[in-house]
Amino acid sequence: MLAIKLAYRNLIGAGLRTWLNVIVLSFSFLIIIWNRGIINGWDRQARNDTKNQEIGGGQYWHENYDPYDPFTLTDAHGIIHETLKSNDNFAPILITQATIYPGGRVQSILLKGIEPDQKILTFPTESLKSDIEEIPVMLGSRMAENNKLKIGDFVTVRWRDANGTFDAADAKVVHIFKTDVPTIDNGQMWVPLQRLQKMMQMDGEATLVVANQKITSAPDLPHWLFKDQDFLLKDFAELIKMKNVGGYIMWLFLLLLAWIAIFDTQVLSIFRRQKEIGTDIALGMTRGQVIRLFTVEGAMHGILAAILAAIYGGPLLYLQAVKGMSMPEGTDDMGIAIAETIYPYYSIGLIVVTALVVLITTTIVSFLPTRRISKMNPTDAIRGKIQ
Amino acid sequence: MMENNQLITIQNMAKDYPVGRGYFRALNDVNLTFKRGEFTGIVGPSGSGKTTLLNIIGSLDVPSEGKTTVLGQSIGELSHKKAAKLRNEHLGFIFQTYNLLPVYSVYENVEFPLLLLGKNAEERKKAVMDALEWVGLTDKLKSRPAQLSGGECQRVAVARAMVKKPKIVLADEPTANLDAENSHNILQTMEKMNSELKTTFIFATHDDKVKKYLHRKISLEDGRVVKDELVEGMGNG
Ligand SMILES: Nc1ncnc2c1ncn2[C@@H]1O[C@H](COP(=O)(O)OP(=O)(O)OP(=O)(O)O)[C@@H](O)[C@H]1O
Ligand SMILES: [Mg+2]
Repeated sequence: MLAIKLAYRNLIGAGLRTWLNVIVLSFSFLIIIWNRGIINGWDRQARNDTKNQEIGGGQYWHENYDPYDPFTLTDAHGIIHETLKSNDNFAPILITQATIYPGGRVQSILLKGIEPDQKILTFPTESLKSDIEEIPVMLGSRMAENNKLKIGDFVTVRWRDANGTFDAADAKVVHIFKTDVPTIDNGQMWVPLQRLQKMMQMDGEATLVVANQKITSAPDLPHWLFKDQDFLLKDFAELIKMKNVGGYIMWLFLLLLAWIAIFDTQVLSIFRRQKEIGTDIALGMTRGQVIRLFTVEGAMHGILAAILAAIYGGPLLYLQAVKGMSMPEGTDDMGIAIAETIYPYYSIGLIVVTALVVLITTTIVSFLPTRRISKMNPTDAIRGKIQ
Repeated sequence: MMENNQLITIQNMAKDYPVGRGYFRALNDVNLTFKRGEFTGIVGPSGSGKTTLLNIIGSLDVPSEGKTTVLGQSIGELSHKKAAKLRNEHLGFIFQTYNLLPVYSVYENVEFPLLLLGKNAEERKKAVMDALEWVGLTDKLKSRPAQLSGGECQRVAVARAMVKKPKIVLADEPTANLDAENSHNILQTMEKMNSELKTTFIFATHDDKVKKYLHRKISLEDGRVVKDELVEGMGNG
């Protein structure tokens, strides 16, 4: 207790020097938490959006389907299995390659047929319910922008049906939707399932079937293999992991800065305060007490920093968690869901672990240089003789 | 185990400092005793061993030979902890360069030894105010050492040494950095404490202003005691 009282006195007495260190440390504190919070928030948001808009509660894939090889698409379709026909629990999607000619250019795309009445995914398929002669198509805003397509525009689509026969027709853009999930946006157009089945001469067929998020069990079926959420989020998880590694490096770097600042302060202050240490000993402190005092002083930087960070950083972090952070333009081309606005997510665990790590390590870093104290000769120290 | 008021006994004491490959004998064959209530100066030319002797009495350093007993405890056989306890409870120090703790206020500096002793807040407050009254600094409680004159600093140091009412105060050249007026002021304060509290004072000094206050004068030369005299008419009745 004495060490805490005296350390507090010394720190407050040292004034500006203490506060500079504390401010630097509190910055590190906040940036660490903030950085983790954004990654966590992004992770949560992107997972949710991806689940809601693309993968649902998992997907049944036709056994030949390989999303990384569009050339397999010609074989990756089949009659939808009986058990997958419930509109309440499943949404079949038929995928095929096609070519469009927007503004005289040629562009290879994917056509994805989806039931306008589907209830599984939360993107606005009902706008495909359109009774027009052209093929009604819906596309994401990135796709629309890249091809300079607006609602009401016509674009020629050319495809090859099940028999290998080329065919072409005009499509009309009936809706453009905004999404955080680029994998339902880039390089693809959505059309009504039955229309696409007819175009392809693949009546009653699909490439994959999205399951409701509420389904509890999904056994593999003949020709239809179930891929669960974890599998479908694997790429995403990998990317988050990479981001995390980046985050940890930043984290370590910031901590390192803070450690160096504290270590430096400690080494300097032990050197500069030799006379004080000698005096403390003359006045009856044991070396152990002096070492404890200096260690607590160093560690207290961490505690003061945590308090300071909570005072000015708490409201900042809270505000950002509520208002979200706008992501700079262009960040959504990473092939992974990034919302325009990310809402950082700070878990109690994150805050507690960060605080503990910072406090424990600052204590260790504060303790290391104090070994000099036990080597100090008090009679020399009293005179402030440089050793 | 103190016999007849003898607070400090030094027998055949020598102190060697390692110098290069050999040793330098800073104190040699010192035999001294100090009684309760002494007001004694150790005088001698620079390098004669005054500070060394005070440091050993103060358990900040250990003798190389002989036996030095302070308040019944044998310096040199004490553990670090025991030595710290001895200093904490019974010894007060006053230094030539004041050695106040720079970030503490006057009040906090004087309070410091009491914190180490674990006194409660009430006891501390009373003792600190008493000590500051002794040295006449009750109006500077909140000042930092940097805001005080040298004389005021040394008065704070005296208050700090006295606040726990130690049995022995060791003062190494306490007036060396002070002008005549401040020197007399400090010495008079210490003299008053000596007579009222029976505190034993041991000075190391070559300041003539100090010498005229001393009741006993021990002269050192090249680490040896060459003279040990009581000054007549100075409380040696
Ligand atoms: N740590 C040390 N290492 C080696 N020699 C030392 C050490 N401390 C003191 N000495 C030597 O011991 C002798 C006595 O030193 P001391 O400091 O006791 O003298 P002093 O009488 O206090 O002198 P002054 O009046 O200048 O303060 C000196 O010759 C000094 O050089
Ligand atoms: Mg000296």
